[in-house]
Amino acid sequence: MTPAGYFIAVLLLLALVQVYCAVTSIAVSKSGVEAISMVDQVNALLPQTQCGQCGHPGCKPYAQSIVSGGPINKCPPGGAATIADLATLLGVPVQPLDPEHGVESPRNIAWIREDECIGCTKCIQACPVDAILGSAKHMHTVIVSECTGCDLCVEPCPVDCIDMLPARTPLQGWDWPRPDPGLAGPVPVATDRMPGTSV
Amino acid sequence: MNSMQPKTWSMAGGIQLAANKQQSLQGPIRTALLPPQLIVPVTQPDYSQPQLCVQVGERVQKGQPLVCVLSAQGLAAHAPAAGIVTAITTHAVPTASGLPELCVVIDTDAADTSWHKLPPLDYMQSDIDTVIQRVAESGISGLGGAGFPAHQKLRSSLGKVDTLILNAAECEPYLTADEALLRERAMDVLDGCLILLRITGASRCLIGIEDNKPQALAALRSHAGDPRLHIRVIPAKYPSGADRLLIHALTGTAIPASTLPIDCGVLCHNVGTVFAIARAVLHGEPLLSRITTITGAAVQQPANYEALIGTPIRELLLQSAVDTTRLSQLVCGGPMMGTALANADLPVTRTANCIIAATEPELPLPQPAQACIRCGFCAEVCPVQLLPQQLYWFARNREHARALAHNLADCIECGACAHVCPSHIPLVQYYRATKAEIAEANDKQQRAHHWKLRFDAHQQRKAVEKVAEEQRRAERAVLASQKQQSGTAATLSARDAVAAALARVQAKKAAGDKLASGSVASSNVADDNKDSRS
Ligand code: SF4
Ligand code: SF4
Ligand code: SF4
Ligand code: SF4
Repeated sequence: MTPAGYFIAVLLLLALVQVYCAVTSIAVSKSGVEAISMVDQVNALLPQTQCGQCGHPGCKPYAQSIVSGGPINKCPPGGAATIADLATLLGVPVQPLDPEHGVESPRNIAWIREDECIGCTKCIQACPVDAILGSAKHMHTVIVSECTGCDLCVEPCPVDCIDMLPARTPLQGWDWPRPDPGLAGPVPVATDRMPGTSV
Repeated sequence: MNSMQPKTWSMAGGIQLAANKQQSLQGPIRTALLPPQLIVPVTQPDYSQPQLCVQVGERVQKGQPLVCVLSAQGLAAHAPAAGIVTAITTHAVPTASGLPELCVVIDTDAADTSWHKLPPLDYMQSDIDTVIQRVAESGISGLGGAGFPAHQKLRSSLGKVDTLILNAAECEPYLTADEALLRERAMDVLDGCLILLRITGASRCLIGIEDNKPQALAALRSHAGDPRLHIRVIPAKYPSGADRLLIHALTGTAIPASTLPIDCGVLCHNVGTVFAIARAVLHGEPLLSRITTITGAAVQQPANYEALIGTPIRELLLQSAVDTTRLSQLVCGGPMMGTALANADLPVTRTANCIIAATEPELPLPQPAQACIRCGFCAEVCPVQLLPQQLYWFARNREHARALAHNLADCIECGACAHVCPSHIPLVQYYRATKAEIAEANDKQQRAHHWKLRFDAHQQRKAVEKVAEEQRRAERAVLASQKQQSGTAATLSARDAVAAALARVQAKKAAGDKLASGSVASSNVADDNKDSRS
């Protein structure tokens, strides 16, 4: 091949690379991957109970604190599962839930004992997701399907007529358990057994 | 098989099991003795609190409703015999969870045999809704296993179904309740098929039966005169009777887990359920009893019983002369998919098709699992052609995305893989637990997304309220200043301030919407990442 031939070949190659880059950059910007901020990715892993137990006024502020380097183990409603998800996303080690912020417990729903309610509207003002219905001097009630179980309405109620009750009965909450560890087997695959380990 | 045998589609995998059916088919169906006490479960399909229409101390008649059904999802229950309600309490029932459920306890009165039935219904003349209503009033739910309310299944199939399937395969060992019913009462069952054809408007009813039930088959053949009834004989092989597999065997359509058979134009019902529908429509009898097989080497007289719902299982075992010294395990359902029972004081429920009183050699207790040796036996027998060994790996490591990518959702939990596994790995238990974990995680994600939108809307509302408040304050200030010095400049500047604040809120809302849609995408992206990483 002549030197001119080489030159043309290199030019062609460069042109191809250019086209490839352009196409990929369009594809990437179209897919919207870049548009999602880290805060939103973290927020998407938080349970959105909006309870403030983490010490922040809602899940998104806590997500912001995590992104700026704060600890990932302050959310009791999310518990161990959320911590594990956050650790995977951020590439940091898993930590146990910080007991200072509360303990993991089954989900609850707020129930107003309606005949005791004096209609002071304090609970409505406390609810972070507008799950309470009522008006001044009239009975209030919780829309069960909207309640996150955040507990924030309980404290302001002057007559203590709000109960936090389990969201599901034991029957509704029952699921098949994992096999009895005694039956579960030592290592998943026999050939994966480490040399020197006895089974 | 003669050349006239119409086409059936063969099942992949599956296993040949010792049938163990002859033991309980020695004699005709026995009528179980009236027990002194009946424990009738009144659990609703969604486990909500049922609306009871009887009280403790009340005298009930045979067939009297115990539950007032208020919603379309509700399931009725009736007093199976006359007597006095002595308690309404939670009681253990034969289910996988073993959790107690709400039951109405009736001390029976053997002297009172009157039965208040509803009038028979001419299903050809009545409109379809009336017939479905009769099914609902009669408290019929699937007697085959899943226990889904029959009336609900019928309602949701209206206008969608072209083929009705009568599941008479009964592929699990030991079970003979459906076979016994067909031998003796095939006519009623086929009448039930005609009723279902009328309700659904389906053009044909395929009857799927295994080739190891010659007497039941003969009974069906002698009564199946209607040209829309087609009997299809399939080879006896476990688990041919699983809904989706039977549908495939008879129609050639494989239905994925994400689709309901009804949406593919097929409605499948079990023999016992169709029989109950026929009795309810043609004779006005609510579902008060079912056929239950009592079998196993620990009973001396295995047989099928027509037992009232709520009969303590112990009573049936005694009538079959149980030898408690040899009894090692009590299983409700078949040996492959059944549940081990804690004791015999549990009541017969609608789904209790068989009780196996097994001796130790007959059904050995599960052995400790060993490591998987990659023999591949499990993949050979899987009737859905999954890779059980891979699924086990993912389930064990909680790799949900990969388990789903390997079609865990399509596993019918038949247990064929676990049965052949030489390492005794409880594979199905892993799959069930993993499916439950995935469902819970999905619920959680949906809840979180919903709450996030609610929270954003709440913040939005508060911001708008704040602006409105600012506006009021500004206008008050303007009014006050107007009183002092009349001039238009102040009003204008206040208006400007309000307009600017509203614009700020609008901009924030637009940004918020963008983020909300972005975060949904991000969770998907996170999933994808996880998948490609692992
Ligand atoms: S603790 Fe409450 S407010 Fe904080 S992230 Fe968890 S759910 Fe959200
Ligand atoms: S805070 Fe208590 S009393 Fe006041 S409206 Fe709410 S429930 Fe009623
Ligand atoms: S239990 Fe699931 S994986 Fe195992 S053989 Fe049956 S369908 Fe296949
Ligand atoms: S049958 Fe059991 S040991 Fe064999 S490959 Fe499957 S899981 Fe592994």
